[in-house]
Amino acid sequence: MSNNLNRRALLGRSLAFGAAASLTGCDYDNLKHPDLADDFLRLMSGWNNEVQAALFDRHTLAPTFPASAITRPPRFNAFYGIDQAPRVDLATWRLALTGRIGDKRPWRLAELRALPQESQITRFICVEGWRVVGQWSGVPLGHFLRRVNADLKAHYVSFHCADGYYESIDMASALQPQTILALDFLGAPLTAPFGAPVRLRIPTKLGYKNPKSIVALGVTNTFPSGYWERQGYNWFGGS
Amino acid sequence: MRRSRPIHPLPLRIMHWLNAVAIITLIGSGWEIYDASPFLPFAFPQWVTIGQWLGGAIAWHLAAIWLLMLNGLAYLVWGVASGHFRRKMLPVTPRAVLRDTWAALCLRLPHEVGVYNAVQRLLYLGVIALGLLAVLSGLAVWKPVQLWFLSDLFGGFFDSRVVHFVAMAGISLFLIVHILLVALVPRVLPAMITGGRLPETAHAE
Repeated sequence: MSNNLNRRALLGRSLAFGAAASLTGCDYDNLKHPDLADDFLRLMSGWNNEVQAALFDRHTLAPTFPASAITRPPRFNAFYGIDQAPRVDLATWRLALTGRIGDKRPWRLAELRALPQESQITRFICVEGWRVVGQWSGVPLGHFLRRVNADLKAHYVSFHCADGYYESIDMASALQPQTILALDFLGAPLTAPFGAPVRLRIPTKLGYKNPKSIVALGVTNTFPSGYWERQGYNWFGGS
Repeated sequence: MRRSRPIHPLPLRIMHWLNAVAIITLIGSGWEIYDASPFLPFAFPQWVTIGQWLGGAIAWHLAAIWLLMLNGLAYLVWGVASGHFRRKMLPVTPRAVLRDTWAALCLRLPHEVGVYNAVQRLLYLGVIALGLLAVLSGLAVWKPVQLWFLSDLFGGFFDSRVVHFVAMAGISLFLIVHILLVALVPRVLPAMITGGRLPETAHAE
């Protein structure tokens, strides 16, 4: 598994003089020293991906909680403010399928709702260190991938979102039974700030691995990376 | 003719300085990670943290931890196998600790070359225990699902964060005392770099 940390982003933000240089917009590739630190961190992050993949056990379930533990009001979090959350037109929305999938016919919301649904009350842990408990329900991703005849031996499942966010996860985590394409949050259809109409809910990974307002799902062997990973976050992001 | 022996054997010196690099990187980046979601009414100022932002800090933290763990493991194996722990750290009696602490506070603690006084012994053993606690609680914060038994051991995700923070605070206190003691007896510093030489009469190894 490779991990393509964005050289410029990590460089510019992880080293003081790199950050200073980013203001002037120079070509960092000529700076020998920051490249070294950057390459080293990328190498170690790749190694940490391998370690987490080895540590991952599909049969280990994330803890579940009673309804009384649900965090209210729910906490909004994104790389933009709550009023900038994308408004998806549910009538025209389709889930596009790409890559190593047998049946690439786009899915409507009603069709997803007709599939078997799973409900969970699980803990959402943000990479920043805070956590909330919520209730999500939707289609187990493993069920969906089998239904569309996806290549389950492929390495990655990728997601593209209405707000330009993108993410990807390893196939083993995708097939973990608690990984769902969530349609409902707290007993009602997802609202725009919380990822309407479909978001990934994966309680075995950190918050940034739970993309919202998904418009395309792909199965691929080419490393798709992710929005935050390009800036230096670890790709596996396991919990 | 027998050559006089170093105060600090070469493996110990190498591991000491590798550990210094790892600990400083881990504490500095850990402060930046803490700042992303503080649970006490304060944050660490940016200038004392390492990594510039959360992503950089986590990358440094999870890189340096391998150095700390591998170096720490080598130190523990070497310490037991070479007899270092048995000869230089033990015994530690409460009586000796009280005596030496009082002497140190009065700035009258004599420094015997090649011998750890009771305060040093207690501090070194204590910081090894804190290091183990920091690693275990850190693993619990890192993988509360896969390493659920560690997470449970520390009382869940949030409590693991608190234990990890307390371990860091303990290690930081150790560093302050450690550096103060070196400042009081500056001639011990070169020996940790060159090894120094035990006087022929010294009974210590």
